[in-house]
Amino acid sequence: MTRPKITVWRVIFVLLALAGLYSTYLRVMYGLGGSTNLSDKFPWGIWIGFDILCGVGLAAGGFTLVAVVHIFNIEKYHPILRPSILTAFLGYVLVVFALLFDLGRPDRLWHPLVMWNPHSVMFEVAWCVTLYTTVLALEFVPVVLEKFELRQSLKVVRAISVPLMIAGVILSTLHQSSLGTLYLIVPHKLYGLWYTPLLPVLFYISAIGAGLAMTIFESWHSSKAFGRQLETPLLASMARVLAVVLSVYLTIRYLDLSKRGALGLVTINRTETWLFGLEILLMAAAMVLLYQRRVRRSPAALYWCAVLYLFGFITNRLNVAVTGMESASGTHYIPKWTEMAVTLSIIALGFAIFRVVAHYFPVFDAHEEEAAAPVEAARPREYVGVIKR
Amino acid sequence: MSRAILYDSTLCVGCKACEGACAERWGLPYDQKIAAEEHLSAHKLTAIESHGERYSRRLCMHCEQPTCASVCPVGALHKTALGPVVYDADKCMGCRYCMTACPFQVPSYEWSARLPKVRKCDQCYERQSKGKPTACAEACPTGATTCGDRDALVAEAKKRIGEKPDQYYNRIYGLKEVGGTSVLVLSAVPFEQIGLRTTLPQEPLPMLTWNVLSHVPDVVSVGSVLLGGIWWITNRRDEVAKAEGKGKGRKS
Repeated sequence: MTRPKITVWRVIFVLLALAGLYSTYLRVMYGLGGSTNLSDKFPWGIWIGFDILCGVGLAAGGFTLVAVVHIFNIEKYHPILRPSILTAFLGYVLVVFALLFDLGRPDRLWHPLVMWNPHSVMFEVAWCVTLYTTVLALEFVPVVLEKFELRQSLKVVRAISVPLMIAGVILSTLHQSSLGTLYLIVPHKLYGLWYTPLLPVLFYISAIGAGLAMTIFESWHSSKAFGRQLETPLLASMARVLAVVLSVYLTIRYLDLSKRGALGLVTINRTETWLFGLEILLMAAAMVLLYQRRVRRSPAALYWCAVLYLFGFITNRLNVAVTGMESASGTHYIPKWTEMAVTLSIIALGFAIFRVVAHYFPVFDAHEEEAAAPVEAARPREYVGVIKR
Repeated sequence: MSRAILYDSTLCVGCKACEGACAERWGLPYDQKIAAEEHLSAHKLTAIESHGERYSRRLCMHCEQPTCASVCPVGALHKTALGPVVYDADKCMGCRYCMTACPFQVPSYEWSARLPKVRKCDQCYERQSKGKPTACAEACPTGATTCGDRDALVAEAKKRIGEKPDQYYNRIYGLKEVGGTSVLVLSAVPFEQIGLRTTLPQEPLPMLTWNVLSHVPDVVSVGSVLLGGIWWITNRRDEVAKAEGKGKGRKS
């Protein structure tokens, strides 16, 4: 028997897991009151702001890449499709897992599926997330079937793959924007820097950005972890798209603020202004840097730009869910250590599961028929191109 | 005909008889310590607040178009034909969106319970449906809280303001706020001075999300046609290229 090597990351993982387990015990035994700093005045904390709002957004890489590769048929991105689908699937499973902590009655998680209220954004989100997690499972299942060489089942899954992909993109469009729509109902509570009728649009665009950034992020990490060649030209062109997405997003933000006459809020010296500034600064910095060809050529620079934007994205979601809701609530909210421990250990769990799955299943080397066929299909097109020229 | 409560803060002496009657009606504990808490909570579904010399009463406003009922994913809250907005604890999954969304910050949660419920005033739905007044209205010794038909109470409120214009601030709180509520408040001073939110819009809030949600079918139908079309075109291009490639291959 070989003893597992003790590394810094493994020690951190074990510590986080222990803190998470103890917090889970507190959550189960003493309820939300004993495990969170939530109150009647501040009923939603970081379990909603980070675990749900950021979690779903950061898992947007799945639908973004599926749309790019399969629907727009840009085959060159194929090598990074599977890791993106895996991240997305894991992301959604973890979001649902995190939701079990936040719901007062986690045993009733299934209620929205049978007790309907089509007027509720939350109802729509519940349905979309349920359906989309199923879609992601079906999009990832070929990897498992390939591993065990279940060709018959593989055929069945591939037969429904196109409608499945289209459904996935539509479901994502709906609930990524709906997470913003959730906050349309609180014009009197959400601070003016963030409350806008455009919230659904802004949430959607920034989620697409997060999907692209996450793809760069995880490609870099898995190239380090598994000693793979990094697809730098692919990631570079993806980064250029990200820069364009960010420009569109920031332009809309600016136009929206000026149109609502909220630009003046930026000059007031208060916590909201500074955290708003941080959010915009992180996103704008990522955008400006990604427009530089020099930056896009360096894998490390690409990675750090993606991280910059991801931090901006997370700041934005936390600003909407926490910062922006604070002043109207008449109270202060700082997450309890148990809330942070649960959140951090869920993130750690995500990294660990990704590693294990990527290690045992053909996530990175899709050499089986599915990958082989499109590559062949793509070749003649280049050939034709050459001939025409 | 829908029922409502009229709270005339100019008549309120802060005796908190309404609080005691409410606690008794719900079977909740009530003592000196709880009486001193001037805010709503899971064990206090109505609360008398003091604002200097004046008193103000907090309770669920029972909106005509309740935000809480519109946001609840499982339909655990709904507006009854009688007027009260009632809560079905058996449906509730504890997402607390109602608490986030409520413009009056009313619903409370049983934070320390292992199987928690949302708590809020139900305007004594049971009692009122049997024709009895709400527990708070019955207990009020000064007539500051009365209950009855909403239209009649609006008329009564207008009459009081008309008869003693110097004693009343010339508005009825709840007449138009977020589309109207089934609790109406009268005051001697502007409402923000007795702790009421005066920045609320006159339109019902549920429209804000419904305007977006009602487009879901459009997104689904237009989206699938569009994406299906794009998929067909991009893949067709490949097939054609493939076929042409093969043709050329054979010729050469």
